[in-house]
Amino acid sequence: MPNRTELLLQQLHKKILILDGAMGTMIQRYALQEDDFRNEALYGVKKSLRGNNDLLSLTRPEIIKEIHKAYFDAGADIVETNTFSSTSIAQEDYGLSDLAYKLNYESAKLAREVADACTAKNPKKPRFVAGAIGPTNRTASLSPDVNDPGFRAINFDQLVEAYSEQVEGLLDGEVDILLIETVFDTLNAKAALYAVQEVFEKRGMPLDPHEGGIPIMVSGTITDASGRTLSGQTTEAFLISLSHVPLLSIGLNCALGAKELRPYLKVMAENAPFYVSVYPNAGLPNEFGKYDQGPGEMNDQLEAFLEEGWVNIVGGCCGTTPEHIAAISNTASKFSPRHLKESIPEK
Amino acid sequence: MSETNNKPTLKLSGLEPLVFGPSINFVNIGERTNVTGSKKFARLILNGNYDEALEVALDQVRGGAQILDVCMDEAMLDGEAAMVKFLNLIASEPEICRIPVMVDSSKWKIILAGLKCIQGKGIVNSISLKNGEEEFIQQAKTIKKFGAAVVVMAFDEKGQADSYERRIHICQRSYDILTREVKFNPQDIIFDPNIFPVATGMDEHRTNAIDFFRATRWIKDHLPGAKVSGGVSNVSFSFRGNNPVREAMHAVFLYHAIKNGMDMGIVNPAMLEIYDDIPKDLLQHVEDVIWNRRDDATERLLDFAETVRSQGKKSKTDEAWRSQPVGKRIQHALVKGILDYIVEDTEEARLSLNDPLKVIEGPLMDGMNVVGDLFGEGKMFLPQVVKSARVMKKAVAYLEPFMPLPEENEDGDAKSDNINRILLATVKGDVHDIGKNIVGVVLACNSYKIIDLGVMVETEKIIDEALAQNVDIIGLSGLITPSLDEMANVAAEMERRGLKIPLLIGGATTSRIHTAVKIDPLYSGTVVHVADASKSVPVAGESISKETREKYRLEMKTLYSKLRDDHEAKQQVKQLVTYKEAKTNPVELDWSTYKPFIPKKLGVQVLDNLDLGMIRKYIDWTPFFSTWMLAGKFPKILKDPIVGKEALKLYNDANNMLDRIVNEGWLKAKAVLGLFPVHRSGDDLLVDPEFTSSKQFVFHFLRQQGRKGKGVPNRSLADYIHPKSKDYFGGFAVTAGLGIEGKLKTFQEDGDDYNDIMLKAMADRLAEAAAEYLHERVRKEYWGYDPEESLDNEGLIRETYTGIRPAPGYPACPEHSEKRTLFDLLDVEKNIGMTLTDSFAMYPTSSVSGYYFGHPDSRYFGLGKIGEDQVEDYARRKGVSKTQAERWLSPNLSYSPQLSHEG
Repeated sequence: MPNRTELLLQQLHKKILILDGAMGTMIQRYALQEDDFRNEALYGVKKSLRGNNDLLSLTRPEIIKEIHKAYFDAGADIVETNTFSSTSIAQEDYGLSDLAYKLNYESAKLAREVADACTAKNPKKPRFVAGAIGPTNRTASLSPDVNDPGFRAINFDQLVEAYSEQVEGLLDGEVDILLIETVFDTLNAKAALYAVQEVFEKRGMPLDPHEGGIPIMVSGTITDASGRTLSGQTTEAFLISLSHVPLLSIGLNCALGAKELRPYLKVMAENAPFYVSVYPNAGLPNEFGKYDQGPGEMNDQLEAFLEEGWVNIVGGCCGTTPEHIAAISNTASKFSPRHLKESIPEK
Repeated sequence: MSETNNKPTLKLSGLEPLVFGPSINFVNIGERTNVTGSKKFARLILNGNYDEALEVALDQVRGGAQILDVCMDEAMLDGEAAMVKFLNLIASEPEICRIPVMVDSSKWKIILAGLKCIQGKGIVNSISLKNGEEEFIQQAKTIKKFGAAVVVMAFDEKGQADSYERRIHICQRSYDILTREVKFNPQDIIFDPNIFPVATGMDEHRTNAIDFFRATRWIKDHLPGAKVSGGVSNVSFSFRGNNPVREAMHAVFLYHAIKNGMDMGIVNPAMLEIYDDIPKDLLQHVEDVIWNRRDDATERLLDFAETVRSQGKKSKTDEAWRSQPVGKRIQHALVKGILDYIVEDTEEARLSLNDPLKVIEGPLMDGMNVVGDLFGEGKMFLPQVVKSARVMKKAVAYLEPFMPLPEENEDGDAKSDNINRILLATVKGDVHDIGKNIVGVVLACNSYKIIDLGVMVETEKIIDEALAQNVDIIGLSGLITPSLDEMANVAAEMERRGLKIPLLIGGATTSRIHTAVKIDPLYSGTVVHVADASKSVPVAGESISKETREKYRLEMKTLYSKLRDDHEAKQQVKQLVTYKEAKTNPVELDWSTYKPFIPKKLGVQVLDNLDLGMIRKYIDWTPFFSTWMLAGKFPKILKDPIVGKEALKLYNDANNMLDRIVNEGWLKAKAVLGLFPVHRSGDDLLVDPEFTSSKQFVFHFLRQQGRKGKGVPNRSLADYIHPKSKDYFGGFAVTAGLGIEGKLKTFQEDGDDYNDIMLKAMADRLAEAAAEYLHERVRKEYWGYDPEESLDNEGLIRETYTGIRPAPGYPACPEHSEKRTLFDLLDVEKNIGMTLTDSFAMYPTSSVSGYYFGHPDSRYFGLGKIGEDQVEDYARRKGVSKTQAERWLSPNLSYSPQLSHEG
C-alpha cells in the first residue's frame, strides 16, 4: 500500500486533480454571529471575533467539516484546511497570536477526518488535505508608509518564525500537502519556504516529494492587469524566485477571474519545472464586492486552459462554491494533465 | 514551447527575470554601489545620504548594469544595518530592483541580512573554502534555502589560488562539495577564479592573466553548469592613476576572458575602452603584458605608460642628473629605480658623511621618502616602488660591511638600537602582502631586522613569535575589510598577554580613524596607524627609541582619544541605543575581587589657606599658552622657532606676576573636600544617610547612549561604584580667586589689559593647580589608597595616577545643576565662601569643583548624545520637569525637544 505522497504523485501522473473552492463564500451561507466565533476559552476576548473564520475550526468544527465534505462530494480531490490566516502575525489583529499552532493543528485534523472518511467510502478516489498557508497581512518587501519607503512592518525572521509555527501545526495535524498561497509578496513566500525547509530539516524529512517529502505547492497572485504581483514581479520572475525548492506545483490563484489569468498562466505553463495549478476567482468582483460568475461561465473559461494542456491542478478561489467545483471536476475529467517536462541537467 | 525555456541555465530575478542563455554573451555587474569600490558611494552611505546613494544605483541600471552589486563592507559602518536599509530602499524603486541583486560581503552576517531583504533570486558574493569545508557547506546550505546563486572564490585553507593548478584544483573541489554534498544546483554556482594584477614588476605575477583565462576555460569545460565571474579592474591595479592604460588593459583582458568563457563580471563601464579603439601601439604593449609575451613586457608598458600620461611627450634618456650633488643623485636613482650608479654614489656619500648609518638615515631615506610620497599621491606605480626598493637594498648591502657590529646593552635591553627587530604579518584571513613587503624592505634598509611571518597569520602565532624572538615592534598588514577586525583581535590579545611593545597598523583598508576607534582602545601600548611605507621609519624610530617612546605613546594615545571623541560626536546622533539597552552594557568591573577602600578621613575637610607658593609647582602651563593663542606644548613651546621668543617672554612675565601673587598676597586659595560612604541605585549615588544626619544627598549620573562596538561599554560614572554594597566617593570645591577683584580693578583703571588678562589667566591656572594638588593629597592621605604615589608634574598632567576627578559640567557629567547638591553636601558657601549663580556657575570665576572616584579602572569619557528616554528618566530621578531637564541637557540631546508652554 503506497503512502499518501506516493498516491498523490500517482494521481497527478494520471489526471488533472481538483482542488476545492472558497471557504469564506461557504461560511457566509451560514450567516454566523459573534457568538459562533467564540467558545469558552474565547469568552473573555474583548475584540470582535466575527469574521475571523479560522476560529470556526475550534468553535463550530461541524460547519467546517460540512464544507469540506460538500467539496469532496462535488468532486474535489484536495481540500484546503481552514487556516488561511492561522499565523501568529495574522491573528495578532485579534490578539490571538497564541492560538496559531492550535488553529493549524485542529483545522488539519478536521480536514483529515473528512478526507479519510471520503477515501474510505470510495478508495478508488483518494482524497487529500492541503494545509493552507496564507500570505499574512503584512509585506516584507513593501513599506506600508509611503513617506518612509525603507520601513518594513514585518521582516524575514519574523515571518519565518510565524510560518514555522504554522507548518508545525499543519504537519502535526497530518496534512498531505503544504500550500503556500495567494502570494502577493515573493519575499513572504521565500520566508515561508525557508520555514518549511527548516522544519523539514529539524524533523529529518526529505524536501523532495519524490524522495518521500510532504509535497509543497506554491500559488501566486497577479493583482491586476499590469501582470505583476503586488510586490512588482512578473510571472517569470516570480517563478524563478521560488524555484529553489523542489515544489510539487506552482501556479496562480485569486485576484482575477480565469479569463484574466490566461496570459500569466501561459508563462507559468511554459516555464515551470513543476506541476502547474490554477484556481481563479469566480470572475472579477461586482460593484458590491461580490463574485457573481456562475459555475457554467467559469467552467467554460477554465476549459480553455485545460484544452491547452497547461494545467495539473485546478480549483476555485473567492466566490466559488461546490457547484463551481462540480462543473470544473466534470470538465477536467475529459482532459489529460499537463506533461511535466523533466529538467535534464547538462551532462 | 521554446527550447531555451527548459534548458537548465542560470536564472536570476529582480522584478524581472535575467536568464543566461545563448543570446547573452556577457553580463555586466554594476559595481558603483559598493563602498569598497566607490569612494563616492562610501561617502554617501557613511553620511546617511541614501537618497543620493539610490541615484548611484539608478545610474548603474540606466548605464546598462544587469546585476547590481551591493557591498557595505566598511569598517566604520554597521554593515548589516546599511545593507538592510539600502536593499529595502531599492525595493521601492522599480527601475532599480528590476535587476537582480548581488549581495556582496566578506562577512557572513551581512550576507544573511541582505538575503533576507530580496524577493528575487540574487547572488551571494562570496563564499569559499578559506575556513574549511564545514563552514563552506554550512553557508552553501543556507544560501540554498534562500534560493540564491553563489559566487565561489578560488580560495582554500591554504590561501587564494594564485596558479592555474591551484585554481582548477580548488574550483573542482568546491564544485564537488556543492553538487554532491549540498546538492546545490550546478547552474547556480559561479566561480571567481581570482583576477590578479599583471605588470607589477614581480615575476610571479607575469602569468596572472593567462592563468585566469586557462582556469576559466577549464571550468567551463569540466564543471557542467558552472559560470565564471571576476572583478576586472584588479588586473590593472599597478597602473592606478593612469586611466588610458587601465581602460585598455580592461578591454584587452575582458576580450580574451569572454572568449575563454567568462560569463559575467564586475566592470566599471566608464573604465572600459573599446577593444578596437585602442591605439595599435598601446594594444601591442598591453597584449604583451596580458599574455606575458616578452620578458621586458612590463618595462615596455611602463615606459609607454609615461608617454600616454604625458600625452605623447616622450622623455629622452637624460644623463643630466649625473652632474647633481650626490644626495640628489641618490634620490634620482631611487625614484627612477636606476641601479647603474648606486654603488659609486653610496660610496661617495659614505666618504663624505664618514658614517655608513648616516648615509642610510640621510640621503637614502630621504630618497625613499620621496618615493613614498609619490606612491601615496598616485604618481608612482607599484612596480616602480619595487624597483626603488631594489636600489635601496643594493645600497644598504654595499654599506653593511662598514657598519659597526651590534653590541649588547648593559641594562639587559637585549639589543642595541640599530638592530631592532620588527615582526611583520598579514593577519589571518588575508593574503595581501605587497604593502607589507614594501614596509619590510624600507625598514630593513633602515637597519631593522625584519621577521616576516607571511600572510594569513593566526593571532596566537604573531604573539608567540613576538615573545620568542623578543621583537621591538609588531606590524600588522591587511587589505581586505575583515582584516580590520582581525587586527583588533591581535591588539586585544597583546593586551591580554601583557605585551608592551608598539603595534603598527598598515594596509589599504586601514585608516587612522579606524585605528583610533577600533584598535587603539584595546591595547595600552603604543598603537600607530602607518599611512604608507615611507612613514614607517620615523614611526618605528620614535615608538621604540628609549628617549622618545613613552612620550610618543602618550602623544598617540591623546591624539587617538581625541579622534575617537570627534568620531563619537559625529556618530552618535545617528546611532543611539535605548537607555534600557545602554544600562545593560555598562562598564564591566570585577566586583567579586574588589573591596572598596575605606577613606582614611571620612567626612568634610576644609583647607582654609592653601600655600600658593607650593601650589604654583602644580601649574600645567600648556593651557596657559593656549589662552594667549600660542599653540604648542610646554616646555617645548619656549624653544619653538616661530612662537618661542614670544612664549618665553610671556612665561617670564607670568612668573614675575606669580612671585608677586605669592609674596604680596594678591590672591587667596581655599578648598573644601569630602569623602563619603555611598550606595548606588541604578545610575544614582546616594550618600549614606547615616552619615549626613539623615539628610538626602543624591547624585544623578548620565549614561552614554551611542551605539558601541563589541566589548565597548556605554559608560556612566556610576559604573565605578560598587553596584550592591557600600562604596566610597568624594567631592571637592577649590578656588584661587579670592581677593582678585581689587587687583583687577587697579589694572582696569590703568587700562592695563595685559596684566588684567594675565592675572585672570594665572588665577585660573592656580585654581586648576590647586585642584591637582588637592587630588594628590586625597590619593595619598585623605582617602589614602595610593600613599606611595610619586609623580612629577608631567605625570600629574598626564593623569597617570589612580582615580579621576570629573567636574559637573564637563564631558562625563555635563549637567551643571548637580553642583548644587555637591555644594550643599560640602557646605561650600559657608566653609570657603564660594557661591553658585542661578545657572550654576561658580564664583569666584577661578574655581574648580568635582567628584572623586577612586576605582582603579575609572577613567574620563564624554557622555555624547542621549535619547529622550534617558532624559525622561533623569527628570524623574531629579524630580524636575522634562522640559527643565531638557534645558539643562540641551547640548547633549539627540533630538529636538518639543516647545512647551512651561516657562
